[in-house]
Amino acid sequence: MDKNIFGDTDLDAGVVDRKIFVDEEIYQRELETVFTRAWLFVGHQSQIPNPGDFFTSRMGEESVILVRDKKDEIHVFLNSCRHRGMKVCRYDSGNTSLFTCPYHAWTYSTDGKVRGIPQYKDLYEGVLDREKWGLIEVAQLVNYKGAVFATWDKDAPDFETYMGDALMHLDMALDCRDGRPGGSEVIGVHRWVLPTNWKYTAENFLGDSYHNPSHRSVDLIGIGPSGRAGVKGRRDGELETATHVWINFPQGHGVHSAVQPSFGNYTPPASDDPEIGEYFRECHRLRQERLGEESRLLPFTGNFFPNTGYHGGQPRGLVVWHPHGVDKTEGWRFFLVDADAPKSVKDYLRKFYMRYSGPAGMTEQDDMENWLYASKSCKGVIARRNPFNYQLSKDASQQNPTVNGIQIRGRVTTQMTEHMARGYYRRWQDYVNDADWDTLLGKHDPRHNVVQAAE
Amino acid sequence: MPDNTVSAPITRDDAYFRLRQEVEEFYYDEASALDERRFDEWLECLHEDILYFMPMRFNVKFGQHAERENTTADEGMSWFNEDKWTLKKRVEQILTGVHYAEEPLSRVSHLITNVQVKQASPSAADAQEIKTSCRFFVYQNRVEHETYNYVGRRYDTLVRENGRFQVIRREIILEQNILLAKALTTFF
Ligand code: FES
Ligand SMILES: [Fe+2]
Repeated sequence: MDKNIFGDTDLDAGVVDRKIFVDEEIYQRELETVFTRAWLFVGHQSQIPNPGDFFTSRMGEESVILVRDKKDEIHVFLNSCRHRGMKVCRYDSGNTSLFTCPYHAWTYSTDGKVRGIPQYKDLYEGVLDREKWGLIEVAQLVNYKGAVFATWDKDAPDFETYMGDALMHLDMALDCRDGRPGGSEVIGVHRWVLPTNWKYTAENFLGDSYHNPSHRSVDLIGIGPSGRAGVKGRRDGELETATHVWINFPQGHGVHSAVQPSFGNYTPPASDDPEIGEYFRECHRLRQERLGEESRLLPFTGNFFPNTGYHGGQPRGLVVWHPHGVDKTEGWRFFLVDADAPKSVKDYLRKFYMRYSGPAGMTEQDDMENWLYASKSCKGVIARRNPFNYQLSKDASQQNPTVNGIQIRGRVTTQMTEHMARGYYRRWQDYVNDADWDTLLGKHDPRHNVVQAAE
Repeated sequence: MPDNTVSAPITRDDAYFRLRQEVEEFYYDEASALDERRFDEWLECLHEDILYFMPMRFNVKFGQHAERENTTADEGMSWFNEDKWTLKKRVEQILTGVHYAEEPLSRVSHLITNVQVKQASPSAADAQEIKTSCRFFVYQNRVEHETYNYVGRRYDTLVRENGRFQVIRREIILEQNILLAKALTTFF
């Protein structure tokens, strides 16, 4: 691929050409090279608890079905009939033993096999091999602590290799508040269309903490879990005394987490409700007991390459930014709670999630406004002669440093930075250039290897 | 389940039509308060114990609509599941002048139609608590080119407090599946 496709983008210098957010050719390349190869989040096992349960999701621009077959095995299929492509499922979720195509009535069982073809004997016998015409299935799928990720690339590394050291940050979003591994459930999915390029949203979740001022209105009025007690801010100050860490991983992932200086510094959320507050305090105590010193590492936000963002605490959930045309994104926000939390806690959390998140959330409405009008500028001819500045905290990161006594793996800063975005777009360029998997995993990126080699 | 069940059909007599007119006037006043950005006055139309609810809506198989089409207020996520406190916060947020999704303010018009009183107790002539249904068309124009049309149904419970109606329960059924707007910054 012509290097010039990225225009003036120069990540060493810290500049990104605006064209990457509006160029149709780049967008088509992304669909072909990023979304066919990377591991993508599809859904959660709690959405399909029983055999025959399905949830209709997306991978990139395309509709897929997450289904638990009659033998209890989870699959992800392209939602497209093999005959002429009609969607075989147009329900958002449900339970079925067959997917029946509305067009010519081919049917498929929940394991993707062709079950019935009308007038097969008279019209196809001896020609059509049913074994070959089942639903198109992803090349690899993983159920990681309930979260189902999939890839169309049979040569992609396994999920844990793909995640690298970012995996422990995903853990912090998926694990129970008391430190037990997994155990979360999805309590709802917000789905909406945003007029922006999908990378704007992904990049924001990588840990763009610099956009804090855009949320001033909610910080002023106080909408956090303890907002009713008059506490200002959009979240409770769980991380207030912690040292924040901004981490870029060689595979393109980026997170913003935080390390408590000592055990004593934890402020539980929910000071307006002593019972709920007590529940969180107890969870935190158990987490400390289970994880020891490591429990001082707390989650905040991040984005796993390419488009799976998360919030680790307040609120808590995964969000997928599906490309939907070069200037449109479909946000799918999966909200998480501990499956075995009391109803009162789930109610408390979901109500906070609703007033915080998504298109109806007081905090994120302001993100939506910025993403729209910022990304729109990239269409301007004059605007495009002037690339974006990505120089925040350039050259300030360290490899695997120890922060408050805990080693943090990855390239880390303890100050706000755009190095996650710089690293993200380095890997993104490699995907668009159709690089080999070693390159996509960052194995040839000197930033992630020079110091490692010296270790 | 939407709270729009009707026990016995109300008799459409003179008392009914007078009551309906009163309700329509109430809705028009409420819409004007919003469209003319008198947000504090709008809040006064809402009871202290209000439930303001907008479900998410799903494509479900025929026959499953009653059970599965809409999210419920009692569990899980919806678009709005608000009480008076959060609605006050939303107004407060607009009034900060730095709520960028509404700064500068959008231009909004609420059209309220098809108003019907479904139930009145103790009677239409002496209505202390009523259930209504109506349709809304909310037009929003934002900054320059941004335009949204929200169309749907509203199922309200109104109670009379000190002689005037207040909304104590509002269920807003927006006729969309995936939300086709970037943000729901207006009220319904
Ligand atoms: S398109 Fe599905 S049977 Fe023809
Ligand atoms: Fe934000």
